[in-house]
Amino acid sequence: MTDAISSFGAVGRPVSIHTDDAAKARLKGRYRAETWFKWLGAAAVALAGLFLLLLLSTIVTQAIPALRQNYLTLPIDLSAAKVDPAKLDAVNYDAIAQEALTAKFPDVTSRQDKRLLRGLISTGTGVFLRKDIAADPGMLGKTVDYAVPLDDFADLYLKGLLADVGSDEAISTSVTPSQTSGDIDLTFGDAAMLALARGHGATEGENGMLTLTSGASSLLVAFNSGTVKLTALSPGANGTAVAKGTVIEALDSTAPAASGQAFLRVIDTPEASRKISDKVIVWLDTLKSAGLIESRFNSIFFFTGASREPELAGVWGAVVGSFLTMIVTLAIAFPIGVSAAIYLEEFAPKNRLTTIIEVNINNLAAVPSIVFGLLGLAVFLNFFGLPRSAPVVGGMVLALMTLPIIIIASRASLRAVPPSIREAALGIGASKVQTVFHHVLPLAMPGIMTGTILGMAHALGETAPLLMIGMVAFIVDIPGGFTDPATILPVQIFMWADFPEAGFQQKTSAAILILLVFLVIMNAIAVILRRRFERRW
Amino acid sequence: MNIMTEASVEQKLSTGTNEPSIKMKGEKVSVHYGEKRALFDVDLDVRENQVTALIGPSGCGKSTFLRCLNRMNDTIDIARVSGKITLDNEDVYDPKIDVVELRARVGMVFQKPNPFPKSIYENVAYGPRIHGLARSKAELDGIVESSLKKAGLFNEVKDRLLESGTGLSGGQQQRLCIARAIAVSPEVILMDEPCSALDPIATARVEELIDELRQNYTIVIVTHSMQQAARVSQRTAMFHLGYLVEEGATDKMFTNPDDKRTQDYITGRFG
Repeated sequence: MTDAISSFGAVGRPVSIHTDDAAKARLKGRYRAETWFKWLGAAAVALAGLFLLLLLSTIVTQAIPALRQNYLTLPIDLSAAKVDPAKLDAVNYDAIAQEALTAKFPDVTSRQDKRLLRGLISTGTGVFLRKDIAADPGMLGKTVDYAVPLDDFADLYLKGLLADVGSDEAISTSVTPSQTSGDIDLTFGDAAMLALARGHGATEGENGMLTLTSGASSLLVAFNSGTVKLTALSPGANGTAVAKGTVIEALDSTAPAASGQAFLRVIDTPEASRKISDKVIVWLDTLKSAGLIESRFNSIFFFTGASREPELAGVWGAVVGSFLTMIVTLAIAFPIGVSAAIYLEEFAPKNRLTTIIEVNINNLAAVPSIVFGLLGLAVFLNFFGLPRSAPVVGGMVLALMTLPIIIIASRASLRAVPPSIREAALGIGASKVQTVFHHVLPLAMPGIMTGTILGMAHALGETAPLLMIGMVAFIVDIPGGFTDPATILPVQIFMWADFPEAGFQQKTSAAILILLVFLVIMNAIAVILRRRFERRW
Repeated sequence: MNIMTEASVEQKLSTGTNEPSIKMKGEKVSVHYGEKRALFDVDLDVRENQVTALIGPSGCGKSTFLRCLNRMNDTIDIARVSGKITLDNEDVYDPKIDVVELRARVGMVFQKPNPFPKSIYENVAYGPRIHGLARSKAELDGIVESSLKKAGLFNEVKDRLLESGTGLSGGQQQRLCIARAIAVSPEVILMDEPCSALDPIATARVEELIDELRQNYTIVIVTHSMQQAARVSQRTAMFHLGYLVEEGATDKMFTNPDDKRTQDYITGRFG
C-alpha cells in the first residue's frame, strides 16, 4: 500500500492530467527546450566574446610597436664652423646630422651606400634639431650627443617586424679570410657550413657548388671586428669548406679566427623578400651593439600632426580636430535636441502635425550617415559658403546626425519620469514650465546625459559624412580653431590604412586603439552616470 | 436617470440654513474622455470647514469629479469638462481664472504618496517658494515647520529635514504630501484615496490628521473605505456609473439612505 501511495497517479489516487505519463513527457520536453535555449544563449555569448577578444588582441598586438620609437644618439658638431649663430634658419641641419652618421662608418665610400646610410635617420631630423637649438641655444658652439629618430624601416627592423633574425652562434671551427675588404674567400675548418647553407635555401651547382642567391637566407659571418656576407660555398681540400663572400664591414686583419671566435648570424627572411638590405642590417646591429640606439616612448606619435613619413606621423592633429568637432556637435545637438524633446514630450499638442514630426525624427535616426555628409556639402559648404575641411562644418553635420539620437533618448527619459511627480508639482500650483524645469528635467537628466554621450560616441566614430565635406584632406598643422582645416581620428585612421608604407600599419592600429580608448571612456561615463543617478520610483 | 429624488433635494434645502456656507459648488458637471462620457450632470456642494466624502464603486467618476475641482483634468488632453464649478462663487473654468492661482487655493493630495525626490525641507518649501509666500529664509523655515507640525510629522523628521523625502515610510510620505499641500495655505484640500496605499496604523494617523485639519480647511476626500467615510466625513456623496446617486449628511447616508443603490453599496452588496 505504501508503494502505491508513493508515486503520483498510482493505485488509490485518481490519475490527473498533470501527473499522467503524457504530462510527464510534456514536462520533460519543456525542460529539454529550456536547457537547449540556455546552451544556445551561452554559446552565442561565448562566440561574441571570442570575436571581441580576437579583434582587441589583434589591434593591441599590432599597435604596441607604434608606442615606442628607436632613437640613434649621434655626436652632432654644432661648432661655429658648421652653424652660424646669427643665421640659425639658414643652416642645413640634416646635412650636419648625416655627416655625424657617416663619420661612424668611414669605410662606406660608394655613393649608393652613403645614400643608404644617410637614409637610416629620419628626414625630420633637421626640423627637430632646429627646434631644439632654438629652445636651448646653449647647445651651440660645441659637439653635443643628440638623439635623432631613426627612419621607419630601420625602426621597424629594430622592432623585429621586417626580418626574422636568428641569434649569433659561434662557429665551432676556424675561419680564415683571404683579404680584409671587397670580395674575399673564406676557408672554414670543416664542412659543416655546407650543410647549413643547404638548409637555408642555397641552390646546388656543379661540383657541389652552393650559391646563396637573394632568394635564400642571408648568412653573415662576423669576426676580426668585421662582417662578411657569404655568397657561395664549395667543398675544399681535406674536408674544409671554401666560401666566397662580400665584406660588409671591413675586417681588421687577415689572421684566421680560431674555433669559437667567429660568429654566424642567419637572417631567415631572404633579402629579396624584405625591405631592408643586409648592409643596413649590419650597420644597425653595429650601432646597436655600440649602445647608440635606444627605444623611447614615442612622443612623436602622440604629440605631432600628420606626416607622409611614418616615423614622423602623429595623431595629435586628428585628436584636436576630433575634439573641436565634438565641441561644435555638442554645442548644437545638446540644447536643440533636449529642447525639442521637452517640447514634444511635455508641451506639444497631440495632433497630426506632431505625429508626423515624431515619425520623421525617428526616421532620421536611420538615415545613412553619408547622406548627412551630402547635405552638409550641399547646404553648409555650397549654399552658406562655410570653410571646407573645418571642424565647425564637421560638427554641424555630425550634430544633424546626433540630433535624432539625443531627441529619442531624451524623450524616453522624460517619459520615464513618473506622472505622479508632475501631478505633485501641478497640484500645489506650479506652472507647466516650473513643473518641467524644477522636477521633470532634473530627474530625466541622467538619462538625457547618457543618451547624449552615447550619441556623441557614435558621432566620434563617424567617418563617411566628414569625407564629403573635405575633412579627409592631408593636414600637417595642428588645428588651432574651429575654422582651421582639420581632420578627425577615424578619418586619419582611414587615410593611414590607405598608405602603402609598412610603418603606417602599426600607426593605424595605434590610432584605432586611441579612438577605442576615447569611446570606452565616454561609454564608461555614460554607465557611471546611469548607475550613480538611477532612481527607482 | 433620476439623479436625485425630490425628497432629498427638499431635505437638502431645508437643512441648508444651519449648515456652514458653501465653499465650492458644482452645477451640471459633466466630463468626457474623448467620446466616452465619465460624469453626467453632477450637482454637488462642498461646505466650508467640513469633510465631504465621495464614495462609490471603482470607475464611478468620483475621482474625475474631484479632479475637476482644481482643474487637474486639464492635464489630460482628451478630457473635456462642461457645467459650472465655483469657488466662493467664482467660476473656476472661467478663462480669466489663473489655474496656478486656483491650484494654490485648492490643494491636492494623491492616492500614492508622491514626495519629490528631494529633501523633506525642499518638499514642503517648494510651494511657498514658487508662490513667493516667504520673503526671507527665516519666514520660509517658519512655514515649513508649522506645515510639518500641522501634518503631525514635525517631531518625527525634525532632525533629518535635509534627508530625502522618499526615504520616509509610506504613512510619513503621505503626511509629508499633506504638509506640502498645507504649506501653500490652500482653502480647500482635495484628497484622492489618501490612505489606499497605507497600513491601518498609518491610515488611522492620517484620518486623525484630516479631522484636525477640518478646523482650518475645507476637505473633499475620495475613499473606497465605507468606514473611513463614516469616521472622517460630515457629508457624503455617493457616485455610481458617472451619476451622483445621493448626497447628504454622513450620519443619514449610513443609517437611512434614500436610494437603494446607496444602501446596497454601503452594506456591501455591490462594489
